[in-house]
Amino acid sequence: MAGATLRTIDYSVLQQCMHCGMCLPTCPTYDQTRLERNSPRGRIALMRAVADGALDVTPEFAAEMSYCLGCLACQTACPAGVNYAELFETARSDIELNGAHRGFTRRFWRAVTLGFLFMRPRALRLLGRAARVYQRIGLEAFVRRSGVLRLAPPALRRLEPQTPRIAPRFSDALIKAQEQPAAPPRYRVAMLTGCVQDLVFSDVNRDTVDVLVANGCTVDTPPVQPCCGSLHAHNGDVRRARTLARRMIDLFPPDRYDAIVSNAGGCGSHLRHYGPLLAHDARYRDRARLWDTRLRDVHEWLVEIGCRPPQASPFSGQTTITYHESCHLVHGQKVARQPRALLKLLPGVSLVELAESSWCCGAAGIYTITQPEQAERLLGRKTANVMSTGASWVATANPGCQLQVARGLDAAGADINVAHPVSLLARAYRREQSASVQ
Amino acid sequence: MPLPKAVADGFTTIVGAQSVLTKPEDIIPYSFDGTAALRQMPSAVIFPHTAEDVSRCLKFAVAHALPIVTRGSGTGLSGGSVPSDGSVVLCLAHMSKILDIDPRNLVLRTQPGVTTLAIDEAASRHGLFYPPDPGSMRISSIGGNVAENSGGLRGLKYGVTRDYVMALEVVLPDGRIARFGSACVKDVAGYSMKDLFIGSEGTLGVITEILLKLVPRPLARQTMLALYERIEDAAETVSAIIAARIIPCTLEFLDQTTAICVEEFAHVGLPTDCAAVLLMETDGHPAAVADEAARMAEIARAKGARDVRLAQDEAEALALASARRNAFSALARRRPTTILEDFTVPRSELATMVTFIAETARAAGLQVGTFGHMGDGNLHPTFLTDERDTAEMARVHHALDLIAKKTLELGGTITGEHGVGLAKKAWLRQQMGDSSFEVMKQIKQVLDPTGLLNPGKIFD
Repeated sequence: MAGATLRTIDYSVLQQCMHCGMCLPTCPTYDQTRLERNSPRGRIALMRAVADGALDVTPEFAAEMSYCLGCLACQTACPAGVNYAELFETARSDIELNGAHRGFTRRFWRAVTLGFLFMRPRALRLLGRAARVYQRIGLEAFVRRSGVLRLAPPALRRLEPQTPRIAPRFSDALIKAQEQPAAPPRYRVAMLTGCVQDLVFSDVNRDTVDVLVANGCTVDTPPVQPCCGSLHAHNGDVRRARTLARRMIDLFPPDRYDAIVSNAGGCGSHLRHYGPLLAHDARYRDRARLWDTRLRDVHEWLVEIGCRPPQASPFSGQTTITYHESCHLVHGQKVARQPRALLKLLPGVSLVELAESSWCCGAAGIYTITQPEQAERLLGRKTANVMSTGASWVATANPGCQLQVARGLDAAGADINVAHPVSLLARAYRREQSASVQ
Repeated sequence: MPLPKAVADGFTTIVGAQSVLTKPEDIIPYSFDGTAALRQMPSAVIFPHTAEDVSRCLKFAVAHALPIVTRGSGTGLSGGSVPSDGSVVLCLAHMSKILDIDPRNLVLRTQPGVTTLAIDEAASRHGLFYPPDPGSMRISSIGGNVAENSGGLRGLKYGVTRDYVMALEVVLPDGRIARFGSACVKDVAGYSMKDLFIGSEGTLGVITEILLKLVPRPLARQTMLALYERIEDAAETVSAIIAARIIPCTLEFLDQTTAICVEEFAHVGLPTDCAAVLLMETDGHPAAVADEAARMAEIARAKGARDVRLAQDEAEALALASARRNAFSALARRRPTTILEDFTVPRSELATMVTFIAETARAAGLQVGTFGHMGDGNLHPTFLTDERDTAEMARVHHALDLIAKKTLELGGTITGEHGVGLAKKAWLRQQMGDSSFEVMKQIKQVLDPTGLLNPGKIFD
């Protein structure tokens, strides 16, 4: 067996888990099976067994780490402060090092996605354009009717109907490289456009810039940005995650900005830990640490600088909304209060709490592809909770969640819209202007 | 030691293939409970679904001389459900239904795998209350609570698990299914056999059904914090409150180390710059609560509290109590290994005991965080150490021996609510005395002659 990084990391990180069990009730997979191996402390016990040399990095070990959503609810619940994210990514990296996931197809798709597409932003946009054409010219409908997909591998078959609607224009066409407020700027910030966000929700990126500008920020948005590396790190490819982190730091020198702003929960959770990721890189170490101190989730930043309450409602009538928490925003970044605070600024809007708001919706990166059954169960639970609030809008701040929750509501035939909190703010500011024009 | 295939197949016939785990990846996570630094591999984990399943499993185990360790959620703090080497774990986590709740008789009938919190939530839907609230109540199982006779933060006023158990269904080691107790408030028919099984730590039988007593839910409560520069003043406040004939539901103590760790985790505004914090709570009729809260605050100030803060609303009260429940685990932030103890002394001896613990730790050059249920005299000194440092571990064990000895001198007990399990059995004979210790062993011998049920727990 190839070496395991788990055997070389600081052992006290593993010991930190004193298996008290406080994580169990917050773990969606343990909740489902009530089996310890599907729980955070159970998984840590397996990792510790690998570190102790009592267990190899087996296919069963790999299967268990794949069943974990990586939602990090356990990290919020853990009184001992165990760094589950770090352990989990190390375990996944060991699985790749040891080839514990077998199969040519898997290796092929991994090489295409992590090795190629998410390393080359232009290639990704090119694929996005192709997908857009495929969806727009009616080929999609034709392919689905024709049944030709029956020939595709099962994973692709499952994935195809979930392919999100590609945005008509990407962020670079919607956002200028630099945008400035009318009044003298109070802050200078960098805007990270993301990958899925850029391809599918470029409008959310536009809205984010609008809101930042409306709050006195000069916003730098380079038209071509690398992937932040979160997909790579979550899927055990630490080497490429480091490469991408360096590219990001080169593109956005952290000393130039008051804040580097991310609007996607999943990206942000990874982005704020470049320091540890590049701790052994003498050239980047200091800038990476500075980067971490400048990185802000957009809600966090807006609340920090005192977001201006909009004078108009984003909607025409009194509207009830609810808020679903992106796991990596609430558990990964501990940002829970700020999105709610922003939503409460909206005139004509009442915010109702969502039951189990911080329980994973099942999107969890590529979980819908790797664990479709469990993902569906979680989505069903989320959809039912959203519908029982009586809200007509649900706000959520991560593209994966936004797609997943919308898909669930759509399948249930619910007439409930999904939007990023910042989009609702942007909409309110816009209606303010149109109201003043009248 | 893996289980021979024929034996595993025998269990499969009883509970089904889905409910028998033998692969290392499946059973490694059952090699421990909530007790730090104790670990032992089982040979298999079995999930029975009915008392009948349990009975057949026990008969099968006896026929094949297999040691059995019963387990619920695995949150115990004395190693009670840590497998003995190569034993079969009988995990009751899948027997998790509340069977029935009877608001006319104020009772609730449940399977053992239901969580403590779920019991109280079910009671609360009928305006009723299940008071015992061990720190792990969100995940601990009620069966485990009964087997360990767990306490909690509300012990002072409401007592412990034993005070709420009316009847039990128990599968005896030979496979007989027996029922003890009844739904009657008064019942003196025969020996109080249910009491023998409460706190028996899985050594006498397997509890498969529990009838619990519920009480009306208090209408009001007030939570407050008192801050002290001297630990002794906190201890004296507790004695003074009880002497003033007030029985609050909670009088929790946290020393500075504990308060800092808890605050780092929970961010609930616990003060971290004072030597001791008392978390006090009174509940009941609103008028009584208001009166008692005012008097408690006054006593605290008179005994030298630097400040007394009242929780502003229910949310703040809840946040403070749940933060306190995480005290033990939060202490793990400091060092890799946390050795938690459960010494309990008569309340009048609290100040002596708290000082003795601090001095013993200091003399041995050890870090300790002490918290506990001061109103019950129940202290949880927690040594912060590293199991890989054998020299330091030896000093920890020596310090614990000294504290145990002092506890017994003061008329205390080595365990108030965690049970003896593996962690505290070295001191049990000393506490009980020879005759009572022997009586206990004779009872074990009669009920479990082959000694296969949770071997090596409580005593050898």
